[in-house]
Amino acid sequence: MALDDRKASDTEARLAAMVMPDVGCTKAARGAALERVRAMGLPQRRDEYWKFTRPDTLTRTDAPRAAVFDAGEEPMFAGFDRLRIVFVDGVFSPERSDDLALEGVQIDRLEDVCCQDDHWAEDLYGTLEAAGQVPVDRPLAALNTAFAGDGVTIRVTGKPSRPISLVYTHEDEGSDVFLHHVVRVESGAEATILENGPAAARFNKCMEIDIADGGVLHHVRAQGRDHERRAVTHMFARLGRESVFKSFTLTVNGVLTRNETVITLAGDDAVAHVAGACAGDGDFHHDDTVFITHDAVNCESRQVFKKVLRNGATGVFQGKILVKSGAQKTDGYQISQSLLLDEDSQFLAKPELEIYADDVACSHGSTSGAIDEDALFYLRARGVPREIATDLLTLAFLAEAVEEIEREDLRNDIVGRMTEWLERRRQI
Amino acid sequence: MLEIRGLRVKLEEEDKQILKGVDLTVEAGKVHAIMGPNGSGKSTLSYVLSGRDGYEVTGGSATLEGADLLELEPEERAALGLFLAFQYPVEIPGVGNMTFLRTAVNAQRKAKGLEDMSAAEFLKVIRAKAKTLKIDADMLKRPVNVGFSGGEKKRNEILQMAMLEPKMCILDETDSGLDVDAMKLVSEGVNALRDAGRGFLVITHYQRLLDHIKPDVVHIMADGRIVKSGGPELALEVEQNGYADILAEVA
Repeated sequence: MALDDRKASDTEARLAAMVMPDVGCTKAARGAALERVRAMGLPQRRDEYWKFTRPDTLTRTDAPRAAVFDAGEEPMFAGFDRLRIVFVDGVFSPERSDDLALEGVQIDRLEDVCCQDDHWAEDLYGTLEAAGQVPVDRPLAALNTAFAGDGVTIRVTGKPSRPISLVYTHEDEGSDVFLHHVVRVESGAEATILENGPAAARFNKCMEIDIADGGVLHHVRAQGRDHERRAVTHMFARLGRESVFKSFTLTVNGVLTRNETVITLAGDDAVAHVAGACAGDGDFHHDDTVFITHDAVNCESRQVFKKVLRNGATGVFQGKILVKSGAQKTDGYQISQSLLLDEDSQFLAKPELEIYADDVACSHGSTSGAIDEDALFYLRARGVPREIATDLLTLAFLAEAVEEIEREDLRNDIVGRMTEWLERRRQI
Repeated sequence: MLEIRGLRVKLEEEDKQILKGVDLTVEAGKVHAIMGPNGSGKSTLSYVLSGRDGYEVTGGSATLEGADLLELEPEERAALGLFLAFQYPVEIPGVGNMTFLRTAVNAQRKAKGLEDMSAAEFLKVIRAKAKTLKIDADMLKRPVNVGFSGGEKKRNEILQMAMLEPKMCILDETDSGLDVDAMKLVSEGVNALRDAGRGFLVITHYQRLLDHIKPDVVHIMADGRIVKSGGPELALEVEQNGYADILAEVA
């Protein structure tokens, strides 16, 4: 279908301002991605998939600036023994990063992939992103594949002793960053990947994740708390037989966030859990867009998303479970809930199921509500002041999403942080 | 301890008068019981005293050791030493029982200008008190009242009372939903807290609870007023003859 003139000209104007990095072996993939962007056009407000989230500040040529926020506290995951890979405004920093050598995993900077003959990631770069463009267009992901300035490739071959921790530092108020990572978990291998930080004033991230039969990947992410930052992130995961992928994202602050997660359960008996907890106050728009395709027998998928919103904050959830005709014995679950702490905040949800197999169990639910007055009174009647009682109930509400984190130490760390933030907020 | 004078209360959202001039004084060290038929305003009295939304005070006063309760937020009333054991304890998924109790204890200590109780000390105290109420470690860890049986919920109320050591305890139909053994356990928990500095107001339908928690004074409430007061024998009279005789007598 030809694009309308306006969309085509806006897209070309944006592309004209972009410079494709000259990276030899990914050149073909980048060229193909550029053609995908041209064919789809960049998102506009009237696009169905962008009905609840305005894409203009994500697509326009000049990135809106964002002040750097100093939380005045220990960085996320500081207490964990991890292998840090640090990006400063989108540029890999060897000085701030740890030695990338770790048993059971091979980590390379994206630009170094081409220095090696037959690098494993060469043929993977852009592949899962391209596959994820069907049936819904994700032009900002293709734009990322075409123009990503940096990134890493992570190949998990064993069971590395430490989590791999991607740290995205934001120092330049005008930074506009595209990062692209490629992850492959080999058969029987298992790893944890952590991500944290704002990365840039405007951040476009793409992570392609290929999990072979029996591979296990845990992913825990805390997005940056700079109030004015904007981010659009994409995860494209393909799961082989009996593989497991569990991903959790914490989002507090940020004027605009759109997290797209596209998962295909391609091998029998695979498990994919994706969860998110977010808390927004005021000028905050958070969009979780999830598309899970069941394309094999006896797979399980869970989507658990919780949002606490106040002072005019907006939450969006677009979640879909697609069960293909051969995907019998599918177990699909999806829940999206918002806790609205006042009448100015809003939650927009579009849960979808599309099922072509006849022997499946799929359920979905979406709710939006205020704080439970009975519970609030009960706590207050025991002497707990209103604000503390509200925070306790807020944490309780988010707990169901946080509990999706399988590792207890990481789970406790996230809960601890949220508790601290709420406490500090009360003292302001 | 607790002084209620001419208390008149209507529902906030409809023009319905529930309490029509309640007069009641509970002295320190005493146990007062309020009995009365359904709809007489017993539970409303407990809610209004503890500060629940939805009621409008149209006249009268209620003070705790001289402090005007009706002007205060629920948490301030609690910090002054008022405690309501709920008829229907609320389930709070996601909030651990222990976290809840520790937050409550420390919030009340803070209101009194005291330091937080340390985690170790809190654990020691709560374990000892939980044991006498036959509340196991698992119940302490679970979310507040979630999946608790009726008896467990009421025992949990008494545990909270024991931890918070209030001056004035109101028990709203604590016997409802309890079998005989559970009632005995709960009553023992309450009796252990009886002392010269603490007042109790026990609201109940039935005399049987008063076999275990022996009252000093029994009040009969009907149509928003205390219509008769007397000694423990008044509860027995209700048990034998029902409310009809008493109501006819005072009408």
